[in-house]
Amino acid sequence: MPKTDVNELIAGPVAPGVPKKNPIVVADGVTRSFGGFTAVNVEHVEIPANAITALIGPNGAGKTTFFNLLTGFDKPNEGRWTFLGQQQYGVPAHKVARRGMVRTFQLTKALNLLSVIDNMLLGAPQRAGERFFASLVPSIWRQQEESLTEKADELLKKFKLDAKREDFAGSLSGGQRKLLEMARALMSDPKMVMLDEPMAGVNPALTQSLLGHILDLKKEGMTVLFVEHDMHVVREIADWVIVMAEGRIVAEGSPDTVMDDPAVIEAYLGAHHDTDLGDVRGQQEIAKDMESDLIKHEIEEEIEEEAADGR
Amino acid sequence: MDFNFIPLAFGEAISPTTAAYALATIGLVVHFGFTGLVNFGQAGFMAIGGYAFVVTSLQFHWPLPFAILATIVCSVIFAFLLGLPTLRLRADYLSIVTIAAAEIVRLSVKTPELTGLTGGATGLNGGAEDFQALNPFPNGQYLGPLHMTASDLWAAICGWALVLLACLLVWALMRSPWGRIVKGIREDEDAVRALGKNVFSYKMQALVLGGVLGGLAGALFILPRSLQPDNYGTQLTFFLYTIMLLGGATTIFGPLLGAAIFWVVLSLSDGLLSLAVTNHILPITSTQQGPIRFIIVGLALMLLVIFRPQGILGKKAEVFFRA
Repeated sequence: MPKTDVNELIAGPVAPGVPKKNPIVVADGVTRSFGGFTAVNVEHVEIPANAITALIGPNGAGKTTFFNLLTGFDKPNEGRWTFLGQQQYGVPAHKVARRGMVRTFQLTKALNLLSVIDNMLLGAPQRAGERFFASLVPSIWRQQEESLTEKADELLKKFKLDAKREDFAGSLSGGQRKLLEMARALMSDPKMVMLDEPMAGVNPALTQSLLGHILDLKKEGMTVLFVEHDMHVVREIADWVIVMAEGRIVAEGSPDTVMDDPAVIEAYLGAHHDTDLGDVRGQQEIAKDMESDLIKHEIEEEIEEEAADGR
Repeated sequence: MDFNFIPLAFGEAISPTTAAYALATIGLVVHFGFTGLVNFGQAGFMAIGGYAFVVTSLQFHWPLPFAILATIVCSVIFAFLLGLPTLRLRADYLSIVTIAAAEIVRLSVKTPELTGLTGGATGLNGGAEDFQALNPFPNGQYLGPLHMTASDLWAAICGWALVLLACLLVWALMRSPWGRIVKGIREDEDAVRALGKNVFSYKMQALVLGGVLGGLAGALFILPRSLQPDNYGTQLTFFLYTIMLLGGATTIFGPLLGAAIFWVVLSLSDGLLSLAVTNHILPITSTQQGPIRFIIVGLALMLLVIFRPQGILGKKAEVFFRA
């Protein structure tokens, strides 16, 4: 799946809050504070449709809180946002999911004592057999159940979980749980998938297959927004990157250029206030965290120069 | 020595009281075992049911079907009162509220101002008259060595029929997509919410269902006896928990087996202890003998949760993979 060209995504000069040609989410003035601490303060942001957008930033930047706000798991102090043109402020989490915006969690939430297949079926927007009285009459829901089971089996096969079909989800490994959570979210044919650190704690072999699955989502016409710390992953699959720091959107841009934005450098430096910046090694540490080639390059040159001087 | 107590103790396995305990425990299994609602006030639901049944039939002279309907309606209202403020909060709040609410019910019906209605601290007699008027069995003793009276036999048959009906209902619900959602809520309600299910509504439905079963159990409980407010103390809830853990908290038939074993063991130990006391084998008095059998029950519960936490009918894997 080729990356979408940046010029096809944005409708204006690259800057925080740049308007998109085809936005799926448009948020304005979203703030959330816990006591005196403002966790999220987003003036304006648009998330492009049918693209993979990465949300990055140092720890405590408010990425997960912003996720929770968009998906209805938390209520903002102020703010408005739309999803597919519909107002979505104050919509409860389960209705957000029914509208087509589904999410996964940073700490994977596999339903341990349900079988893998039951986990999958729970993800389907099944209406008939989920009502109290209708559930007592199998003839009402059996047919729907069968077609959903078929769909679930297909997804399990695709995610290579078909061998685990009848096992308790609690018996899966950490990486398999991430796969299950993603497959389960797809049961509802969502329009937008929000992944909170999909690669955290996943071994390198599974990372590749997870990346492939995320790219497939885009191929199938879905929009992906994901939080990630691993910059290799972001470079590899993201079409667009949004950088948060201290609750605000500080930069946006293509994955190749955004890490060289001075605002991003400042944001990551702010998060490393306890490293010694007088020491090139300290600077190198930050560069490593940011995965910025430009800075890394500069520092490496500096180290070389110092070494030459020392001689 | 008189060993008459042995067949009588085993007879407890099918007594109407055991049926009432089993039914209330099925309600608790719906709450705790399947939905993950920690309800420490099932005795309160039983009290509500028992009082609704007896007060409407004895004081208001409602016919039996209406008294049963009142039992159900009052249980539903009680479930809503408990659930509306607490089900949106973390799980522990429900347990605090339910344990307090059960005590509020028990102490409220005892107040002197309500004596005209509820009988106050002495309770009410004869709540089962309308029910026993339908008894097809002539007076006499039934079931050989069990010496069951006709009224007990009638209550036992209706009680166990109700228990089996409840088992069927819970089984049908739990194999359906509805049951899958409540089991999902037990595991992680945020995950279920993220999949587009209205978690609050399902928790409320489960609370109402288990509460109605508890209320009906309360009505069943007073059939062989008078209505006594102090029968509905906190210890009743914990007996139900013992029964549930004994049989298996996520099983359909566990409550039946658990209730039967609980009552047989309780009566057997009572008989054995009184035999030992009257023959001066044990150095205790007959007043000490009553509490000792509950000490035995407590000890049995502790051993059970240590060595077989899944209960007699539960699956071991369910304990192993509990998060």
